[in-house]
Amino acid sequence: MTEYTAGGDPGAAKPAYLIRGVRVVGAAPTDLLLAGGVVAEVGRDLAARGARVVDGDGLVALPGLVDLHTHLREPGREDAETVESGSRAAALGGYTAVCAMANTSPVADTAGVVEQVWRLGREAGLVDVQPIGAVTVGLAGERLAELGAMADSAARVRIFSDDGHCVADPKLMRRALEYVKAFDGVIAQHAEEPRLTEGAQMHEGEVSTRLGLTGWPAVAEEAIIARDVLLAEHVGSRLHVCHLSTAGSVEVLRHAKKRGVRVTAEVTPHHLLLTDERAASYDPVFKVNPPLRTSADVSALREALVEGIIDIVATDHAPHALEDKECEWAYARPGMLGLETALSVLLDVLGERWDLIAERMSRTPARIAGLVEHGRNPAPGVPANLTLVDPAARRTVDPSEQASRSRNTPYAGLTLPGRIVATFLRGEPTVLDGKAVK
Amino acid sequence: MLKHLLSGADLDAATATLILDTAAEMATVAGREVKKLPALRGRTVVNLFYEDSTRTRISFEAAAKRLSADVINFSAKGSSVSKGESLKDTALTLQAMGADAVVIRHPASGAPHRLANWVEGSVLNAGDGTHEHPTQALLDAYTMRARLGRIAGLSVAVVGDVLHSRVARSNVLLLATLGAKVTLVGPPTLIPVDIGAALAPGTEVSYDLDAVLPTSDVVMMLRVQRERMADSYFPSAREYARRYGLDGPRMARLPDHAIVMHPGPMNRGMEIAPEVADSPRSTIVEQVANGVSVRMAVLYLLLGGMH
Ligand SMILES: [Zn+2]
Repeated sequence: MTEYTAGGDPGAAKPAYLIRGVRVVGAAPTDLLLAGGVVAEVGRDLAARGARVVDGDGLVALPGLVDLHTHLREPGREDAETVESGSRAAALGGYTAVCAMANTSPVADTAGVVEQVWRLGREAGLVDVQPIGAVTVGLAGERLAELGAMADSAARVRIFSDDGHCVADPKLMRRALEYVKAFDGVIAQHAEEPRLTEGAQMHEGEVSTRLGLTGWPAVAEEAIIARDVLLAEHVGSRLHVCHLSTAGSVEVLRHAKKRGVRVTAEVTPHHLLLTDERAASYDPVFKVNPPLRTSADVSALREALVEGIIDIVATDHAPHALEDKECEWAYARPGMLGLETALSVLLDVLGERWDLIAERMSRTPARIAGLVEHGRNPAPGVPANLTLVDPAARRTVDPSEQASRSRNTPYAGLTLPGRIVATFLRGEPTVLDGKAVK
Repeated sequence: MLKHLLSGADLDAATATLILDTAAEMATVAGREVKKLPALRGRTVVNLFYEDSTRTRISFEAAAKRLSADVINFSAKGSSVSKGESLKDTALTLQAMGADAVVIRHPASGAPHRLANWVEGSVLNAGDGTHEHPTQALLDAYTMRARLGRIAGLSVAVVGDVLHSRVARSNVLLLATLGAKVTLVGPPTLIPVDIGAALAPGTEVSYDLDAVLPTSDVVMMLRVQRERMADSYFPSAREYARRYGLDGPRMARLPDHAIVMHPGPMNRGMEIAPEVADSPRSTIVEQVANGVSVRMAVLYLLLGGMH
């Protein structure tokens, strides 16, 4: 995937876009000339040379965001989301690459399915869609899927996950961790000890007691992470922890990192902003797995993200059809939209710490996923995958205005800072003036 | 003022007392030859039951009929509900039928809260999942007041499967509001985390029934399903009965004036011995009768009397 050089010497290609006076990762304003799919020049008062000019005054340029955890629902639940609609939502959120989770129907546990998703992503052409392969056949947690075949396929899968389910069997988890070393793969674990979360509906604590909803105890996550970091250490493999949600998990991770275990972890925007008190409405738009936790957990997660104990932000964008949310809490599917609001939530949580945001939302996730074209600060010769943010804008989230096919955003009515003005994928805009180009 | 009754927390002391006082007036109707008041003539009350609970449904039905309301029983069994119609669609149907009040029993906690978003009439929670059952708490309070003359200052032991009990949650909330001191008793596996902080500060927890009995004015025994032992909440029905069941010798530890309550249906020999259930301390039969009066009062006040 190095088409950006296909036009030959980038300096010689016809300039396509000139972004004027933009603050690259928050630095002093400069111009960016995009040509031949790359950033051709960076500097003050560049000549347009026929390029279309984009006014970057007051805007911040970030490397295109990279989401390590997206549910695109295709194949199988195209009523909730498609690769195309999810890609559009991603572009509008400032993303240039998303990793599509494997829990589709059929499950992405063969080369055929991952190639199908990869191809659909290419056809949509709004973000790079990097499929994640299932660890076990049918996500059943019983035997390994053909990980090597997925790695060797056109989709070049490197991340494997049974997300939605935990690879609970310790022997199987050990084997998976070991096996993917052959192609520098990583196992992304949805850490949830299933015996401790049977029937679980929300975080186990004061609020679940009051609401009479079966609790999902923090220890069910922490116990699996503790086991998995020890396994990863034992076999010398890479482990990635999905959607870490508790203060206790942060401590387990801190300990593992101190020991030099090759472990990375993600946190979702919703776990950084919302608490289990939201369940009091019994509105399942707040039902998610792992569940929203306490304000003490939220504080610990924020600190860990700043400190780097948590490496990245990933959305766990999980679209659901209306009928799967407009019902009783216990019958609703867990999950929330995230792509279109992630950056705003992070600006709300972290403030305008641009380098930190670029690190946690673009550079590090790209590195974990092995997406070499992504996650690079705009500079001469770098693939022009970038997004322009207006930090001064504030917007009130309206579910009906989401580009996603679903409406299950937990931020409805909330006013959040920041707006994505434009997103470029290999030098071509996917979003301009805050609107999707196609 | 009060539109719905979804939780014991919806009731402040004044409102709860008004309901109990009104229930006492309603009780006099039961003694009349014609057991009917015209208060809700022309109003429609729907009993929407997603769980089999004949005793609760009959109690609400009798209450509504004694107030001359039109009653529609909408049972999940054999209706469009069992064919997968959503709660929201059912709500819109009830709305179209002009339901002034919907009494809902549902296996999912919070279902009445969801329903209240979708209908214009009043919603009465007749038991939702493992959450609440506020009219049960009201009838229990009514029964305590009738037997012991007051609620404030009483020591009430609630014994058994608190974790899965909607009766316990509503009672803890209402009794705290009315000034009683509640002690929850059971094996630690069946006492939910942070229950005091969650519901009412001052609520106590004990794992030792024998220690609690001598200072209790009221002992409320909760139904304990034998199936819980399959999930390792306790080792066996026998061990449960031995440690937390109320039998004759244990009952003798109570003060003379103390009463024994049970929301029904009972597991005789499990949480309560037959000699206790049938003793003069037992209020179990009164609770059923009081249930109708209390539900009359709630319907009456929700549907127009509470202005
Ligand atoms: Zn997950």
